Amino acid sequence: MDPARGIDRVQDLWIVDGAIAGLGEDAPADVRSNRSAEIMQVPGSVICPGLVDIHVHLREPGQEEKETIESGTLAAARGGFTTVACMPNTTPPLDDRPRIEYVVRRARESGHARVHPIAAVTRGQMGEQLTEIEDLVQAGAVAVSDDGKPVRNAEIMRRALELTRALGVPVIQHAEDPDLKGDGVMHEGWTSTRLGMKGIPAAAESVMVARDALLAELTGGHVHVAHVSAGRSVEIIRKARARGIRMTAETAPHYLVLTDEAVEGFDPRTKMNPPLRSAKDRDTLIEGIVDGTIDCLATDHAPHTEIEKDSDFDGAPFGIVGLETALGLYIKALVEPKHLSLSELILRLTVNPLRVLGLPGGTLEAGQPADVTVFDPARRWTVRAAEFASMGRNTPFEGWELPGRVALTMLGGRITYRAAALETSAR
Amino acid sequence: MIGTRKDLLGLEDLSSEEIVSILDTARTFREVLDRPIPKVPSLRGLTAANLFFEASTRTRLSFELAEKRLSADTVNFQTSGSSVSKGESLKDTARNIEAMGIHLVVIRHQSSGAPHYLARNLDAGVINAGDGTHEHPTQGLLDIFTIRERRGSIAGLRVAIIGDIAHSRVARSNIWGLIKLGASVTVAGPPTMMPLEVERFGVKVARSVDEAIEGADVVNILRIQLERQRSTLYSSLREYARVYGVTSARLRRAKRDVTVMHPGPMNRGVEIAQDVADGKHSVILEQVTNGVAVRMAVLYLLAGHKAPDESVPGPHATETQKAHGEPSLHPRR
Repeated sequence: MDPARGIDRVQDLWIVDGAIAGLGEDAPADVRSNRSAEIMQVPGSVICPGLVDIHVHLREPGQEEKETIESGTLAAARGGFTTVACMPNTTPPLDDRPRIEYVVRRARESGHARVHPIAAVTRGQMGEQLTEIEDLVQAGAVAVSDDGKPVRNAEIMRRALELTRALGVPVIQHAEDPDLKGDGVMHEGWTSTRLGMKGIPAAAESVMVARDALLAELTGGHVHVAHVSAGRSVEIIRKARARGIRMTAETAPHYLVLTDEAVEGFDPRTKMNPPLRSAKDRDTLIEGIVDGTIDCLATDHAPHTEIEKDSDFDGAPFGIVGLETALGLYIKALVEPKHLSLSELILRLTVNPLRVLGLPGGTLEAGQPADVTVFDPARRWTVRAAEFASMGRNTPFEGWELPGRVALTMLGGRITYRAAALETSAR
Repeated sequence: MIGTRKDLLGLEDLSSEEIVSILDTARTFREVLDRPIPKVPSLRGLTAANLFFEASTRTRLSFELAEKRLSADTVNFQTSGSSVSKGESLKDTARNIEAMGIHLVVIRHQSSGAPHYLARNLDAGVINAGDGTHEHPTQGLLDIFTIRERRGSIAGLRVAIIGDIAHSRVARSNIWGLIKLGASVTVAGPPTMMPLEVERFGVKVARSVDEAIEGADVVNILRIQLERQRSTLYSSLREYARVYGVTSARLRRAKRDVTVMHPGPMNRGVEIAQDVADGKHSVILEQVTNGVAVRMAVLYLLAGHKAPDESVPGPHATETQKAHGEPSLHPRR
């Protein structure tokens, strides 16, 4: 399956020296007649371009007790991802060239996926002084973001958009009004009212999305809205795009399969920011995915230690892991109820996120690096956090039965994950 | 009814039968409190720990007194000067206390859901003595007990709850309990202190204090706190007193024999006028006395469940009767 080229049929994929050699009859004759080739049979499975997640937290440097580039990219491979973009809220934050270079180098040394660092918008992510954005982009940053926090100051957001516009990279906004969020811990609605929990209104997100749409219009810059959770945000983004404003967006799986009612038992594994929202928000998000307002599907993979998450709700940090459950959850939320075809889903997990970042790839075209994911869309599997490759075990999906079991992940022709059950043979 | 439960975490979880069972048990203990020697041996040999992670005077005293009146051993723990300030987790603190052989844990915590977390992690029974802005079940029970003592029954009563509903655990526990027992509850307060979708509790939302008080059998006035964190919610105590303060003039809209309540501590002259606080309709001090009886009932019913020999002597037991454990108020299986 190669959604970018509209291909969805049963055929062979040929890989030579880490690159795609061709599909089915497209492969050069000498490749097809090569007697020494290794043949993998994956009946019933889908072979597609390696999945891309533009929103992960790899925690390195500085928070290696939560995750490392090695463990985080192993988790990516296990989830079918070959490319991830990592957020800069490390310790210290990725706000100058040596730190970006460090991530690039560590990913080369120990990574099991392509890692594209996202640099901070402001020094120390403090929201006051812009980073050296051009230098950071030259060092390898594919976007800038203060994720974890919003760029609160509208003047700084405006200037960041002006500077990034010339460089062709987006500003990824963690859209949240910090005053409206206050010390809220979950979506503000009937469940927070009942539980006596401090609420974060959906408007805390949407007012920032609206502001940023106006700033993108003013500057011609590109705002990418991270982890959209609120229905109103989808409506604002849709209107902005209709006016030609450069605004793209992503969401995360948990917003499609859970609502704020999941917080009911005060389980910190249901605590993330933005919070799980109402059923109505969820439905509007799905509409936004279907009509393309939400371009791409990410995870917001946010590992934390068991000690941190084993706490009362208020005391626990925000965030859950996502890389190893995303594909199954997206199939469950979007393909099984027939909101999207599988091909339309894969598009939103491959080419679309790369396009947001202005990166090539995401197809099985001859000559491309062999970044390939093989999964069985029908095969059900049970989520067991203890089996995760990620150091983070903080998932609300423990024990869930999901479709879309990943059989094989390949990065530039190298196998980065292979399910134990997958058999291969020499020709 | 409550005997199959390990914990009391909130009134939302209880059935009306369970609530009535606690109130009936409390009635018996209330009589114990009027005796010359107001003490029974019901919880002898059991130990209760009062873990107060948030400042409290009357609730802590009330629980401790209830435990002592039941002959339990008590230990107290407050955040200041304890190892919590050294970064020990709630779980470890509780585990340590449990390792000392505690049977019942009474917890007050600033986080909603903290007692639920403890209850999941401890074998000991857990009693929520107020969690964040969630519930304060024993306060709800003692308020309902007091209303029942005064007015005979709860069903059909019109109860007004005035104040900061959004941040009040007292309000939530009262609302759950009163509605389960068939009262009609109306809330009033500043719009900034009214939580989203509050009507889904089954309450009416009045547009003014006057409207809420109109024809009420009971007016329960919440303590107003305008500390720094909530400074955006209302302009000033002066303004609050003027718009939402319950005065004797406003109270004239209620039934002639209205019952006036307040969970304390009161800001006299702010949410409640001096003459209302001390007036003939006020049962505020009765609430305090009843609080001890209600907490005795809760401790007794939960400990009964926990007792190793399943034969905790009831409140009628005297020192000489205690070995026989009769008459027990609580059905045993």
